[in-house]
Amino acid sequence: MNIQTASQINGFLAAFVLLTAFGMLAQKRIYSLIHLFTWQGLFLSINTAIVGYVANKHHLYISSILTLSLKVFLLPYILHALIVRLNIRKEVETVVNIPATMLIGIALVIFSYHLTAPVTELSTLITRSTIAVALATVMIGLLMMITRRHAVTQIIGFLAMENGLFFAATSATYGMPLVVELGVALDVLIAAFIFGIFFFHIHTTFDSLDVEQMARLKEEDYTE
Amino acid sequence: MNGIIVETLQIAILIGIAPAFTGWVRMLKCWMQGRTSAGMFQPYRDLAKLFSKDIVLAHNASWIFRFTPYLCFGTVVLAGGIVPMLSTDLPLALTADVIVLVGLFAIARFFTALSGMDIGTAFGGMGSSREMMVASLAEPAMLMAIFTVSLLCKSTSLSRIAEVIYTAGFVAKPSLAFAFIAFILIALAENGRIPVDNPATHLELTMIHEAMILEYSGRHLALIEWAGMMKLFLFIALSSTLFYPFGIAGTDNPAGVPVAAVALILKLFISGVVLVVIETGLAKMRLFRLTEFLGAAFLMATLGMLSFFILE
Repeated sequence: MNIQTASQINGFLAAFVLLTAFGMLAQKRIYSLIHLFTWQGLFLSINTAIVGYVANKHHLYISSILTLSLKVFLLPYILHALIVRLNIRKEVETVVNIPATMLIGIALVIFSYHLTAPVTELSTLITRSTIAVALATVMIGLLMMITRRHAVTQIIGFLAMENGLFFAATSATYGMPLVVELGVALDVLIAAFIFGIFFFHIHTTFDSLDVEQMARLKEEDYTE
Repeated sequence: MNGIIVETLQIAILIGIAPAFTGWVRMLKCWMQGRTSAGMFQPYRDLAKLFSKDIVLAHNASWIFRFTPYLCFGTVVLAGGIVPMLSTDLPLALTADVIVLVGLFAIARFFTALSGMDIGTAFGGMGSSREMMVASLAEPAMLMAIFTVSLLCKSTSLSRIAEVIYTAGFVAKPSLAFAFIAFILIALAENGRIPVDNPATHLELTMIHEAMILEYSGRHLALIEWAGMMKLFLFIALSSTLFYPFGIAGTDNPAGVPVAAVALILKLFISGVVLVVIETGLAKMRLFRLTEFLGAAFLMATLGMLSFFILE
């Protein structure tokens, strides 16, 4: 595989990562959201392996396998189990309607392209053009956390943001040092467990995972 | 001189083969749904029957109502002269580019919507308002998808686009892939196919395009139906020009026209299969979900354009 094809495949995978990010922004059903998140992890993992091969950085293979096991198998499984245990069926509610959210998403892509243009010009790596896509993925994850009311969806937004950061590290500097990446992976895993525990607590207290509920004080329980 | 012959040939093919293509799609659809089909040439018999019938005209029909069928037919035939199907050597393609093409379709739609409201029946007006809603969302997406390809080829002339993509060979580019997906979604919406509109429906409340032309009869209806068939044909030809112009004859190669004709027919056969698979696999959408469908098309087209700037 020569540099030319590798950079072409890299471009395609970046486009797919962006596409899944937009897909998550538009998706209302929580199961499909998790599927999209799984796909994003898969694209990210393949991309990391290819960059590792082209740049001849062997530690990228390890982080690719780490991404695969964590973001394609373990995290979706945990989220899935959570949804089954908490019996969440209904469609996700959004604060802003979906076409408007997508337009904001497009604006964010343009903004991050503008923001990363100087960095891209300085860089000499073959993955330099995907930095803008990585930043856009981070921002779209953030947008998803802002526009969704449901706690599980917000967590998926958070994880998508982390995907974007990982992608940015791969495309800007051929990945972070392995120690850092292992640390981040562990953090994400621990975070997922803690979120799970929090979900159970929120669910038992409020009988719902809608975060709007938390804005109200429940005084009637203490009237006696 | 050569160009004019090719131009005439192209328009003749468009007028002659479009009903057969529609027949092919309907036949495939019958097979997919386990029904007996009326054959590939049934649309010709339908058109002949409609031409031999008298026109029933409402008392309050104005000139717009009588003029629209001829205008629809005329604009589509003119569009057939712009889209390179057999050769890129088209005299008309030099005077009119792809924006004109979108404009021609818009004129036909505008007058069809007016004629839907002209008689004053409830269904006609409902159809017109729905059609304009779909159009207002589909047209920007279509222009966006086409502009992505134009940016890549640095021209809005369809002949030039076909030449550039043909000589470049098969190069996988994310921007082209996105634009192609967007174009498929828009082509479904523009031609009133499932999941946007059902061309075979008999239930007036769910109609979009059919509701506008409910009042037409006789040769007026024949012309409008024929124009619809040609529009479907043209969208296939247009997508072939923009995304897979293989087999098309270049300016310096008039001998390539027969090969191009064979390639065109092959592409039509395959596109028919793809169209039928899409139509059989999906159900018609609720009208108010169309904004999401066409929003997705616009998003795809915009992502195509953005990935052209970012990734290429």
